[in-house]
Amino acid sequence: MGGRHLLAYVIKRLLFMIPVLIGITIICFIVIRLAPGSPTDLETQMNPRASAELKERLRSLYDLDKPLHQQYLLWAGKLITFDLGKSFSPDRRPVADKIKERIPITITINVLSMILIIMVAIPIGVLSAVYQDSFFDKITGVIVFIGFAIPTFWLALLLMILFGVNLGWLPISGIRSLNYEYMSTWGTMIDLVKHLILPVLLSAFGGLAGLSRYVRANMLEVVRQDFITTARAKGLTEKMVIYRHALRNALLPVITILGLSVPGLIGGSVIFETIFAIPGMGQLFYMSVMARDYPVVMGILFLGALLTLIGNLLADVSYAMADPRIRLS
Amino acid sequence: MRKKIWIIKNRSSSPFIIYKIGLTMGFWKRFLKNKMAVAGALVVLALFAVSLLAPYLAPYDPNAINLGQVLAPPSAKHILGTDQLGRDVLSRMIWGARISMKVGFVATGIAILIGAILGALAGYYGTWVDAVIMRFVDIMLCFPTFFLILAVIAILEPSIWNIMIIIGLTGWMGITRLVRADFISLKEREFIRAARATGADDLRIIVRHLFPNAMASILVAATLGVAGAILTESALSFLGIGVQPPTPSWGNILTAGKDNIDIAWWLSLYPGLAILITVLGYNLLGEAIRDSLDPRLRR
Repeated sequence: MGGRHLLAYVIKRLLFMIPVLIGITIICFIVIRLAPGSPTDLETQMNPRASAELKERLRSLYDLDKPLHQQYLLWAGKLITFDLGKSFSPDRRPVADKIKERIPITITINVLSMILIIMVAIPIGVLSAVYQDSFFDKITGVIVFIGFAIPTFWLALLLMILFGVNLGWLPISGIRSLNYEYMSTWGTMIDLVKHLILPVLLSAFGGLAGLSRYVRANMLEVVRQDFITTARAKGLTEKMVIYRHALRNALLPVITILGLSVPGLIGGSVIFETIFAIPGMGQLFYMSVMARDYPVVMGILFLGALLTLIGNLLADVSYAMADPRIRLS
Repeated sequence: MRKKIWIIKNRSSSPFIIYKIGLTMGFWKRFLKNKMAVAGALVVLALFAVSLLAPYLAPYDPNAINLGQVLAPPSAKHILGTDQLGRDVLSRMIWGARISMKVGFVATGIAILIGAILGALAGYYGTWVDAVIMRFVDIMLCFPTFFLILAVIAILEPSIWNIMIIIGLTGWMGITRLVRADFISLKEREFIRAARATGADDLRIIVRHLFPNAMASILVAATLGVAGAILTESALSFLGIGVQPPTPSWGNILTAGKDNIDIAWWLSLYPGLAILITVLGYNLLGEAIRDSLDPRLRR
């Protein structure tokens, strides 16, 4: 795979993202704006002195009085200059700032859980394929099947009861203890880790089941192929056959799956951040949706879609780089 | 691909040679031999029974508030305890089963309707129809779906109908892909050509000849889809934007469980267990149907 080729491919894919993003934002925009009720209602209905004229002024302040397509063009026009507009909330802060201060914790949790998923799911998948129908394979099969069916927010509740309430080992909300200010640097680190253990474990749990099954299925398929028979026939040890020849080929498609799991992880962050009161992007989204803060909702939906597309692109590119047989076109 | 073929003489959907679509003797034999399949089927049947018989099974009125019995732990009187308003948890869970089943079925029905129609159009007509539909599928798959559902429901007033509709509207893409793939592989087969040669129009070929043969994968996707919809509904209700109290749902009992996490473990434990068993049941059933319809697909 030549470097020039790859560059051309990436540029092509990036260009293709533009119409997709336009499609996504139009759908989101329509869905959000066509809903009955207006964000100005929330601000004015509690205030008996809010006159019809004031409501109109508020609506024009937010550009809500303009026709839908004009509103969209205004929004999209600002987006080109990386301006996501201002929040409707009383602080009127730029959406980009609001998201920026919340994104690090969400990304941290998601990256950590992704690493955990890879580190745990791949060995489980490989081992249960190599020792197919063994006790280990059967047990992990059952666990994975339950893993698919278990509502993770319920598991979160149970673990909170066990480790937070009954055992008192781990904190169950926020990312900092109340006495954070008085801790040493080392102490704050430990404190943060303690707060992150449960959220990371739980958001990893959902992906774990899927990926380990996927690795197992791939491994079983690869092991049946001719080149493995050849490897065995030329007298390689079973270890060499499995870990040198089969594993490499079985792990390639995993890259794609990781790319595809981005939207799930982002979506899951709403639930975990709400349960554990973590001030991340998911919690911001939940609060903004509740407050009908359209610009923030649009901004996060846009960012989520963008991250998904980039995740897919990265997956495809790294797949091609890892497997010379794949031609990008 | 070699499939068992049998010739239908009369009363069938297709006068031509048709590919095996299941529900034959072999299907039931394989199905009943699979213990997991039977277990899954029993769970689903039990759920049907509970939701149909809810008024007779529930020991108490699910909405009867009893402030003298607030957050009472499980006892002989209230087997699964009471909630923050003194309502009987078991009764609320029995009525909650009804809600879950309703949401699961209606949402999946909507998803199948959209998915099957779009998949059929894309697979049968190909060319630009296929391109447009599949690009649309790609776009829909780029959404962090849960974000979108959350936004729409919160904005449109949470209600059980809105939940069903929006879960359905965001869950059809997989089915579109399945049906399209089935149609593409079937549409050039001899029996379709034969149907066309006898003058059947597109609609007839799609509805009478192609759909019955794509039914197997739709059925499997539907069974797994019900499980997914129930999970999504419970998560939404848990976040407070799904089924609204006082209507009981497993998800919103869990919200009460979270609010009283340090004093009332029973509010957190039992509804989640019900969700787990339900989803497990549907998943087992779905996989069992897939395996029994076509043993070669067994993984």
